Amino acid sequence: MFESLSERFSSAFTTLRGKGRISESDLDAICEEIRVALLDGDVALAVVNGFISRIRERSIAALPEIRKSTNQWQEIHSIVNAELVEILGGPARRIRFAKNPPTVIMLAGLQGSGKTTLAGKLALFLKEQGNTPLLVAADLQRPNAVTQLTLLGESVGVKVHAPEPGNGTGDPVAVAKSGIEFAKSNFYNTVIVDTAGRLGVDEELMNQARDIKSAINPNETLFVVDAMIGQDAIRTAQAFEDGVGFDAVVLTKLDGDAKGGAALSIAESTKKAILFASSGEKLTDFDYFYPDRMASRILGLGDITTLAEQAKKAIDEGSAKRMEEKFIAGEDFTLEDFLEQLQAMRKMGSMSKLLEMLPGANSAAMRKQIDAVDDDELVRTQAIVQSMTPGERRDPKILNGSRRLRIAKGSGRTVTEVNKLVERFSAAQKMMKQMRNGGGFPGMPGAFPGGAPFGGAMRPVQRKKKAKKKRR
Amino acid sequence: MGLFGSFLTKFSRSRATPEDIDEFRKVLIESDIGTEFTEEIIKLVEREKSESLSESVSTHIRASLSNQARLITKTEGRLTTILVVGVNGTGKTTTVAKLANLLKGEGSKVMLAAADTFRAAAVEQLSTWGERIEIPVVVGKVNGDPASVAFDAATRAKNEGFDYLIIDTAGRLHTKNNLMEELSKVRRVVEKVTPIDEVLFVLDGTTGQNGITQAKSFADVVSITGIVVTKLDGSTKGGIALATERALKVPIKLVGTGEGVSDLSSFVPEPYIADLLTQP
Repeated sequence: MFESLSERFSSAFTTLRGKGRISESDLDAICEEIRVALLDGDVALAVVNGFISRIRERSIAALPEIRKSTNQWQEIHSIVNAELVEILGGPARRIRFAKNPPTVIMLAGLQGSGKTTLAGKLALFLKEQGNTPLLVAADLQRPNAVTQLTLLGESVGVKVHAPEPGNGTGDPVAVAKSGIEFAKSNFYNTVIVDTAGRLGVDEELMNQARDIKSAINPNETLFVVDAMIGQDAIRTAQAFEDGVGFDAVVLTKLDGDAKGGAALSIAESTKKAILFASSGEKLTDFDYFYPDRMASRILGLGDITTLAEQAKKAIDEGSAKRMEEKFIAGEDFTLEDFLEQLQAMRKMGSMSKLLEMLPGANSAAMRKQIDAVDDDELVRTQAIVQSMTPGERRDPKILNGSRRLRIAKGSGRTVTEVNKLVERFSAAQKMMKQMRNGGGFPGMPGAFPGGAPFGGAMRPVQRKKKAKKKRR
Repeated sequence: MGLFGSFLTKFSRSRATPEDIDEFRKVLIESDIGTEFTEEIIKLVEREKSESLSESVSTHIRASLSNQARLITKTEGRLTTILVVGVNGTGKTTTVAKLANLLKGEGSKVMLAAADTFRAAAVEQLSTWGERIEIPVVVGKVNGDPASVAFDAATRAKNEGFDYLIIDTAGRLHTKNNLMEELSKVRRVVEKVTPIDEVLFVLDGTTGQNGITQAKSFADVVSITGIVVTKLDGSTKGGIALATERALKVPIKLVGTGEGVSDLSSFVPEPYIADLLTQP
């Protein structure tokens, strides 16, 4: 009954794909599909209505052009994508640092939106970029929010200014002010002020946030919002904008399966940029927000860019370049390359998390595949490949029965498993050849894990990056 | 709360125009009740051609809800164990404290277990609550095994003749299989000592349609027996709670309405629905 946003989009476009010539009533039908998809994805009603009417207008205006195209649905898809990116804020925004340090960042948001955890993540993020952040514990409301921030500070190695124990006592305005003073006299270049969570209608807490803000005059006031929030997103954002005023938005809990309705609602209704996206339990699960990636995610195109970046972190430059050259030169992808990639993949973390970034990851079929992924499989696959001789790795065609038996014994696996691996590998090899010849990204083969090597997945990314450069 | 408010007055007049129906559709969707539920109700209402549109909508929403008891289970003669689960930041720990206070006020002997060993200072948060409302809290080591804390608490509560044991668990996104598995382990381990009588799923009232998916995932792992809606003191309508109850056939049992320890009440459908239909 509940389908994710991207799944709905995909099915809407699949219907359209079968059409020969798009008529206005086809457009109406797809607009209705998109409307329901967006509402089911928790985009606020008012935002949905505006979005749909713009899509309709743009599509109708472009209809003569679209009809000339051999791939009409793709044209509409692009229009929807462009509109999404526009709402989400065009190119990614960055933190505005103060000319004279410290740069003061204040966090505000509803209770339970994840402010305190975010404060820790942001501190680590800034620290890794060479800043000297200071955390200020000005949430004196929630029991032990101060302790929580202190512990987070310890685990990321960032100093926490916490003169008051909290739990309902102490003056948060004074704490915030003394935090800034402390940062100035001890030469911290950034200050992150955590404030108490509040509910939209709570005047008292809203006033408190406003008082903190006017006392410390932050360079960035960030509105922290749970990505799972529903129709109330607009009202809440508006209440914070009116009550406190904010400069940008941070989306949290993006690792769930609510795929960003709130992002659209808030960006469109407040015209504020979304600055950061936070996803995951680990303190490193945090990054700038990329509107184009979010749009792809909503449209079910996966998050290839993030995937590629993760890959980049794990695969060393040299081997990536070698792989790229091999690919261009038309050389065969060998098991040796495969082994190298397997090892890199293990460095990148859990397979299921990586797969979730692939196009179509939200379809029911793909979900099943992802859930079925056994991360130990990588270890087993690696063992099998390592039990081959270099010659066998370069040319798997020489793998006869006795060689396979030897490999099975050597790796502690069965011959069937060895056979399966070789089979999957040649399928992957074939796929790479197709990509080289035809370009583009073929449908995901059902051969996980170990099916689609990342050398393949990186191709479309590079194109995307070039496109991004042009836009700037 | 202004029962039935301005919006309902507007629709109390006879015969609804298509514009009126559209207006209703808007109110329902903006309450987070979901498109499917909304269309289902609208269809029923249109077919009925009732005199009062508002009454008809309320009746149909009411009819789609569960008829199960909405009271917190009380097992006579032995310990009643309540497990509290949900995603991050929905207000589990606060709910646990409020519920403990409520049960204590009814004269029961209550013990708490702080099995959220993951979030920094979550154990301290519950301990502070325990001191405030004077209820014993069993705690474990930070980053320790939550199942072992729950086990210890269950053993103690049973041996020392407590009426209720309420177990607070770490918030976890329903998409994290390993964390969900950890939760089912807590359940299994506790049940070696004493049966779990109630599993309360805490749902943030501001949540959108994802709430249903969340509830389903938790139901699959620990079979939830009741829903607690929290944070309803904002401008939020909390329609997602009704949609979740309808989808899972699990009754909403409690409603959290504020930050005070006594801001927790039993769920009563009629005023809740009326409030839902009141325009902001």
